[in-house]
Amino acid sequence: MLEIEGLSKHYPGTAAAALDNVSLQLEGGEIIALIGPSGAGKSTLIRCINRLVEPTAGRIVLAGEELTALRARELRRARRRIGMVFQEFALVERLSVMENLLSGRLGYVGLWRSVLRRFPQSDITRAFELLERVGLEGYADRRADTLSGGQRQRVGIARALMQAPELLLVDEPTASLDPRTARQIMRLIHELCTEHKLPAIINLHDVPLAMRFCPRIIGLRGGRIVFDGPVKQLDTTVLTQIYGDEDWASMAGEQADDDAQDDVASGAAVVDRGRAP
Amino acid sequence: MAVFTRDGELTWRRRDRREALQRWMASFAFVTLLLLCWQVIAERTLWDFVLDAPAQGADLVGRMIPPDLPYLQRLWRPLWDTFNMATLGTLIAIVFATPLAFLAARNTTPRFPLIRPIALLIIVASRSINSLIWALLLVLILGPGVLAGVIAIALRSIGFIGKLLYEAIEEIDTRSVEAITATGASPGQLRAYAVVPQIMPAFAGISVYRWDINIREATVLGLVGAGGLGLELMASVNTLAWGRVSTLFLLILATVLISEWVSARLRAAVT
Repeated sequence: MLEIEGLSKHYPGTAAAALDNVSLQLEGGEIIALIGPSGAGKSTLIRCINRLVEPTAGRIVLAGEELTALRARELRRARRRIGMVFQEFALVERLSVMENLLSGRLGYVGLWRSVLRRFPQSDITRAFELLERVGLEGYADRRADTLSGGQRQRVGIARALMQAPELLLVDEPTASLDPRTARQIMRLIHELCTEHKLPAIINLHDVPLAMRFCPRIIGLRGGRIVFDGPVKQLDTTVLTQIYGDEDWASMAGEQADDDAQDDVASGAAVVDRGRAP
Repeated sequence: MAVFTRDGELTWRRRDRREALQRWMASFAFVTLLLLCWQVIAERTLWDFVLDAPAQGADLVGRMIPPDLPYLQRLWRPLWDTFNMATLGTLIAIVFATPLAFLAARNTTPRFPLIRPIALLIIVASRSINSLIWALLLVLILGPGVLAGVIAIALRSIGFIGKLLYEAIEEIDTRSVEAITATGASPGQLRAYAVVPQIMPAFAGISVYRWDINIREATVLGLVGAGGLGLELMASVNTLAWGRVSTLFLLILATVLISEWVSARLRAAVT
């Protein structure tokens, strides 16, 4: 589905590489969490995939198409197939929820139709369906800046799904949200990906959240992959390898406690044993 | 910032001794220069005239009272001309300044050498010449009348609107730009969806503010023959018709008050 080979990124003027020879493969419908300390290159990695950041070296192939070889016009066409969800939602604040959703279709309509907001009825119907699906029925005409953080992220997710993507890139979807909303948003992303058999790469700071919703974990440190495996192999040794020394047992224990309180209904996994949801 | 030890205790001051001394010297030099300038001006002033000024001023104000109110009847047409010069000039300026701003802003300028420097040069050139000077030149070229005034105002406003607008474009939030790029939008769509919505409040504010300024500028453009209230003002001053001059002042004051009120309301409407 997605193949990354020897991907490297050097930002000009910095000594260390942001990404150093990263290779990974993603099968259809697979949900990967990308974890690692700040500055490990997580954001750079997912931005290289849709080339919001231009990689220095390496190959990225999505469903047989080599993204790294595309020129401007073909790249725009390829970006339509890749949905993206952002940390701080990145909505256009002064536009309505509907306009934000429809902006996910920009790659498919011409300039004038999009300027005049004359989108095909099928797009509008899909937008209403997605709004209902993410729990924002009746919000179509609200301006994005009147929504709460959780609601904005739901709009961000719906916008990405408007593209009918083949791959979903998610950059720290929960970093600007409170713990409860964070969990709801992660659950929503997980459900939607499962429903649509949509493969996803999710950058996450929050290890317990990653362990709960993502069957496969990739650990990044200093621009290199230091762990790639199923969530049950993610133990304290591996965490130390990714993040450095820390008393993981006690941290995970605390996390498990408030998990149990917060989410009895969904049969919360006990995180320190690393069980998938 | 200075951290040092005094009496064995670690202490902190905003500036260390050398920095403080430098700042004090600079202030002293500035005040000295100010006093010197003052002295030069005082030497070159004819104090007899200045001492006479209150009497002269009172005399002039006396002649202005009462205002020649029936004269107002003849001012509606020039007032309309003034209003039109300001409004049309502003509209023309908006039409030219908006694309210019997109060419001049670092984040929206096309990837083509020279375009940005040229756009910036046009903006600077337009801004560096006052609309009264533009009008003076245009009256020579086009002959006296409202048209010269409209173009003068437009030429000056292009730079003003262009500069403020391109600064607004450069300050937009890049996160939504990134998000719209990620959907596969074309450069045109990127501007329409990620840039334009973000600069709308600034655009409305800048345009209305410039219109407000232009109403005031249009009232003087007549002094050089560009039509409107200024033409009447010059005629009245030349014929020493001080009652008419004061009527004109009152009318200009009222016009500016109204334009200020309108622009405040318009700016509040767009948030």
